[in-house]
Amino acid sequence: MLDLSLTQMAQGLAERKFSSVELTQAFLQRIQIVNPQLNAFITITESQALDAAKAADSQLEKGTATPLTGIPIAHKDLFCTEGVKTSCGSKMLDNFIAPYDAAIVTNLAEAGAVSLGKTNLDEFAMGSSNESSFYGAVKNPWDTQAVAGGSSGGSAAAVAARLVPAATGSDTGGSIRQPAAFCGITGLKPTYGRVSRWGMVAYASSMDQAGPMARSAEDCALMLQHMAGFDARDSTSIEQAVPDYLSQLGNSIQGMTFGLPKEYFAEDLNPQMAERIQAAIKELEKLGAKVKAISLPLTRMAIPAYYVITPAEASSNLSRFDGVRYGYRCEDPKDLEDLYKRSRSEAFGHEVKRRILIGTYALSEGFYDAYYNKAQQIRRLLAEDFQKAFQQVDLIVAPTTPNPAFDLGSKITDPIQMYLEDIYTLGVNLAGLPAISVPAGQINNRPVGLQLIGNHFGESQLLNAAHQFQQVTDHHLQKPALV
Amino acid sequence: MKLNVEELHKVAHLARLSIHAKDEESYSQALSNILNLVDEMQSIDTHGVQPMAHPMDAVQRLRTDQVTENNQRDYLQQLAPATENGLYLVPRVVE
Repeated sequence: MLDLSLTQMAQGLAERKFSSVELTQAFLQRIQIVNPQLNAFITITESQALDAAKAADSQLEKGTATPLTGIPIAHKDLFCTEGVKTSCGSKMLDNFIAPYDAAIVTNLAEAGAVSLGKTNLDEFAMGSSNESSFYGAVKNPWDTQAVAGGSSGGSAAAVAARLVPAATGSDTGGSIRQPAAFCGITGLKPTYGRVSRWGMVAYASSMDQAGPMARSAEDCALMLQHMAGFDARDSTSIEQAVPDYLSQLGNSIQGMTFGLPKEYFAEDLNPQMAERIQAAIKELEKLGAKVKAISLPLTRMAIPAYYVITPAEASSNLSRFDGVRYGYRCEDPKDLEDLYKRSRSEAFGHEVKRRILIGTYALSEGFYDAYYNKAQQIRRLLAEDFQKAFQQVDLIVAPTTPNPAFDLGSKITDPIQMYLEDIYTLGVNLAGLPAISVPAGQINNRPVGLQLIGNHFGESQLLNAAHQFQQVTDHHLQKPALV
Repeated sequence: MKLNVEELHKVAHLARLSIHAKDEESYSQALSNILNLVDEMQSIDTHGVQPMAHPMDAVQRLRTDQVTENNQRDYLQQLAPATENGLYLVPRVVE
């Protein structure tokens, strides 16, 4: 039952082969057994899940079920969930019981999904290894010496270890795709504005985007179908109809052109990774796709531009945590400044503080033009390069990361080493594009991710290509040898 | 680009953070390294390029000036560390 796809689960529920309560209990039991090894969940909402499962069963009985009715999922712990702790992986929000549901939490609940709990993440989604979480690092289910990736590492590890069949994630610079790649699952970062940000705790508002993480492109398509859509409460939500993603999955990719950016296959790329990615590209060619060499000359510049713009936006977004209205407050503040400073300093971890400081510096008087403005100019040049590429190709194909998952503790003391590993994912966020990571094999039992990048609102095409790839490969069916 | 300890404390103050003496060196070093990394941007000629604030160059959507939210003050203040009579309590500001 734990290995079924979402569509198979929906079918099993519809045919009454098993009930939602049975399905939910099966996953909750698996969480009890496996989660202590992985630390993928921060909060498990067992009683709410069983109540929701009972309600789902009565809907199934009455014939009023919707496509996700009775299917267990989990939410990354930066989506607000009414009455349930929403910690963002931070001591700052360790006591924060969200007073309302995020838009996607509502959307998925209305589609009938049963939430089992909240998954671990890097503190405020700032990190690429899940080691910055106040609740400790998530372990990679394939190799518990390795990081699960970040920031949506809890969601990725939970899906890979069969603790839940699908989960939500968010991606500001690769936070869905990179952990999906490291944990051997499928993760889609949608076009900026496709999925509502309402109720998602903000990190860098001009790049944050929520998306699905699951075991296959088909499951991601079903999840996205019920996450996407216009929301007037999100000022950057885009008013555009949501296509039927599932109906496009079966299309042939014969004649589709894939661009290979030479900068994504340069010296940064681990040679064994390159082999796996080339083998995956051969599979696409066997399906009738054409491959064309392209160039995205400013690829490397995505790193500095990203590490100016996101800290700048974060320094502004995180100023709301002041120890006054909600969240952590220090003991016995001697005055208002002491209240602000000690509450923030005691409750934020090192990586969050570093990014707030960099952002504050970049926005401060005399430095704005050299840093923030410059980064936003480079952002435009990068986005224009992608647009030039999409005049010649339908999709771009590349590795998701230069290397497979690294060892826990190996990069935590050197932020720069960690940032450099994000080279293949950051450009997509700067340009607001959709991209998907799909499993493409392993190196020494650590998974490899193949990244497909589409033009704005190209989710259908991405899911279609990823699904066709998964019809002729079995990388996405491999599972870690956990208990 | 080197961010010295004095500058570190200045920026920390602007961000309403305080850096413990034992962490000064590591923060100063890490931030200097990050600034060196981001200085790579200066190698690109961006003369005349319009900065991009939104990936699709969309502008802020406006709505009509109408009250759409209910007053939930009491409900939301349950989350606050200290309140009194519907007000948030902080240490005395004016003596």
